[in-house]
Amino acid sequence: MIYDVVIVGAGPAGMSAAVKLSQRGLAVLVVDEQPTPGGQIWRGIERNTTGPVLRALGRDYERGRALAASFRSCGAEYAPNTQVWQIEEGWSLYLSSNGKSRRIIARAVLLANGAQERPVPFQGWTLPGVMTVGAAQILLKSGGMLPQGQVWIAGAGPLPLLYATQALNLGATITGYLDTSPPLRLKALSKLPGAWRDIAGLAKGFRWLRELEKDGRLIRRASGLMAQGDGKLQDIEWQSGGVRHKAKADVLLVHEGVVPRIHETLALGCAHAWNSDQNYLAPELDRWGETSRVGLFVAGDAGGIGGWAAATIAGEIAALGIAGRLGVAANIDSLRQEARLDNRRKRALALRPFLNALYSPPGTTIPDDVIVCRCEEVTAGKIRDATRGMAPDPNAVKAATRCGMGPCQGRQCGYSVQAILAEQHGIPACDVSFFNIRPPLKPVTIGELASIENAEEIA
Amino acid sequence: MFKSVLDVPANAPDMTVVVNGVDTPAWNGETVASLLLRVPDAGRLTPVSGASRLPYCQMGVCFDCLAVVDGVASTQGCLTPVVPGMHIDRQHGRREL
Repeated sequence: MIYDVVIVGAGPAGMSAAVKLSQRGLAVLVVDEQPTPGGQIWRGIERNTTGPVLRALGRDYERGRALAASFRSCGAEYAPNTQVWQIEEGWSLYLSSNGKSRRIIARAVLLANGAQERPVPFQGWTLPGVMTVGAAQILLKSGGMLPQGQVWIAGAGPLPLLYATQALNLGATITGYLDTSPPLRLKALSKLPGAWRDIAGLAKGFRWLRELEKDGRLIRRASGLMAQGDGKLQDIEWQSGGVRHKAKADVLLVHEGVVPRIHETLALGCAHAWNSDQNYLAPELDRWGETSRVGLFVAGDAGGIGGWAAATIAGEIAALGIAGRLGVAANIDSLRQEARLDNRRKRALALRPFLNALYSPPGTTIPDDVIVCRCEEVTAGKIRDATRGMAPDPNAVKAATRCGMGPCQGRQCGYSVQAILAEQHGIPACDVSFFNIRPPLKPVTIGELASIENAEEIA
Repeated sequence: MFKSVLDVPANAPDMTVVVNGVDTPAWNGETVASLLLRVPDAGRLTPVSGASRLPYCQMGVCFDCLAVVDGVASTQGCLTPVVPGMHIDRQHGRREL
């Protein structure tokens, strides 16, 4: 089967693009790793229809239900529980599901595979009991799971505040909240005029903060976080108000912002640009979301962090761009204007410059004894040793230390290696390249490779 | 470490799965990764130092939720919904190809 469009990811951007492309009568396949649509933001949206978990997740979560329903009925073919492990120009995609692989052909590809939380290594971050705030929120959405015992949240950004509020509404106990963001600076306030366009969004953020501050559980300007324990998390340590603190902990949830998923676009050699507000790489896109490779589009957080509302609009814009590229719509510019897509996107992104300035990414040096590569257990010290007398090349670090060679393929250590090389050479991180990303993009077994039917025949 | 708000006497589990040989209640919508967080000694042991790990990201990028699911090693737990009777075992060391 040759599809007109294959969409990777069934979150806000992927679903909205699928609906629009299907309305044009195009043959669309949506591939997603998850068992049900919604992406991470609306994970479990079809199942969480009533009850206390839904009420705690709030209105933004519930907004996903209508889009998921339109997606289900739009006529696009949907392949859940499916991973894409290779994309070749032309376009062919290698998919894997239930231990079997297959190859499919498409005239255009839309990557709507979202973001991941920015990995920020610190001492003890590999201990059982330490996980990301996003992970805890996914557990809440997918099984109503709440952390037990002495629960600490440490980090910066809107997500930890939102999660804390949701968990508290469900009766969870949060022992303390360590806010690692720098003090509110003039730089952030200068972005406010734009931000006021989204007053509802701001009010929500301040409400979350007040609730935590009320009973003294909010600790501001925390730094130097460490997790300690024998085989599992037992204590945490941090610095605040010039004093070192220590406390018992069973669960530590960390979050330092989110970054686009770029393994697919990197592997395809697309041009990328460095976002200096948030220190991440994102594919360079034209105004329709098309990458430097013709026929390959990106929408949503995978093209730069903007949140779910902006992602749904980016999905619509990319759908128009793809329709234009495939020659099934001639008047895409006027359609774009009629649907007021640019105004709507501007509105959805209004708060973003303020958030970027408020929650700038941490620039702290990773201590030598801290594990940077979770898969191969390579410390920052080992990486520093390897970089001495070496060009600032992450691939040379990989060859020398195995850092980035494990199953996560550098998704957890890539930016840390970049930062260490930049620090060692006294150059900005944006001047250091990223790991060379090669397929398979997700680990596949020899059995899965052997299961591909007609691999050559179609070509 | 984690407990489901659904896990109350009034709300019977949707299914039983077998974790490290022990019958364990589970609810629809859960993944293997959430079971690893609930059941002691179910998280993977690393191939390099043998340290124990538990799911870190829940979104398919960290690979710390690898488990042996129905005999298949290196299954990403966070991407695998539970089904009745599923066997989940601790993964020791390296993933197998």
